[in-house]
Amino acid sequence: MSTDQGMLWEVFVQAKPGIPHKHAGSVHAPDAEMALKSARDVYTRRREGTSIWVVPANMISATTEQDADSFFDPADDKVYRHPTFYTIPEGVKYL
Amino acid sequence: MTKEEALYEFLIRLGDNALILGQRLGEWCGKAHQLESDIALTNVALDQIGQARLLLTEAGRIEGKGRTEDDLAYMRGEMDFRNNLLVEQDNGDFAHTIVRQYIFDVFQYHLLKGLQKSSNDFLKAYADKSIKEVTYHRSLSHDWMLRLGDGTELSHQKMQDALDDLWEYTGELFEMTEADDVLIAEGMIPKLSDIKKIWEEEVEATIQEATLKVPDTLGFMAYGSRKGIHSEYLGYILAEMQVLPRSMPDAKW
Repeated sequence: MSTDQGMLWEVFVQAKPGIPHKHAGSVHAPDAEMALKSARDVYTRRREGTSIWVVPANMISATTEQDADSFFDPADDKVYRHPTFYTIPEGVKYL
Repeated sequence: MTKEEALYEFLIRLGDNALILGQRLGEWCGKAHQLESDIALTNVALDQIGQARLLLTEAGRIEGKGRTEDDLAYMRGEMDFRNNLLVEQDNGDFAHTIVRQYIFDVFQYHLLKGLQKSSNDFLKAYADKSIKEVTYHRSLSHDWMLRLGDGTELSHQKMQDALDDLWEYTGELFEMTEADDVLIAEGMIPKLSDIKKIWEEEVEATIQEATLKVPDTLGFMAYGSRKGIHSEYLGYILAEMQVLPRSMPDAKW
């Protein structure tokens, strides 16, 4: 694909009201309005969504592989941070 | 002309527009300049095919000769099709496809608005169902009109060329026949002459905003589809669309 397809936008789709938007993929578009339309056509045409966010890909800051040790490893041995000692009441969704 | 004959003609006209435009847009599948446009255009194509199915099924019912949507789509010849010349025009480049689409979307949108007030239950239900998707089509093609018309020098020129090529097919969208008179008297359909005014206002405003010029055809407009006289393109479209059901009747998917 040529590089002359417009800016790259990351697409976040909310599947149902009240739950978080999840990353779905990306689209090329010249501006936000067209990016929303492209995202609608590419990622929600089978009723996957109730809301869409698009974000310019270059506005997203990400951790790098070098950060992994200091960012994530310390959480490995802290099992007490998981709420596994409670029973979840029936009927609670999206936990 | 009876009310049923008039309604059949009107349903065929709308159904054939949706079917042929859907077929044309489907030709972009796998060929557009980017995946996003490829999927956007084929989404619109599928919406139009869906509308064609509703309309042709109802046309067959009103006709009362037992013809199904498939019989009407695949077993009629060129002279029996009543789609407007505009929708059968070649896809050309992306600019031609967008201009053709925008011109048609604005027309279809205001026609559906009118049909939402129809005294005919089917037409009203069809319009209520389809207006949402057509609102989106119109918004999409409008966005492209502005971005390509008011884009680069090259995109601007391509859009103007497309407008100049296709403008002569706009007059025919609003041509009324005896069928229109019969259905207007019944309160079933809006007057196309009324829709023409709203259409002109909206399309010309967009053309201006897109820094393009409304073409001057010196008063010439192409006519013919109301009588089944089409441009050279329709025969080829039908050949491709109909070859399978005609060579293998009753083939199942």
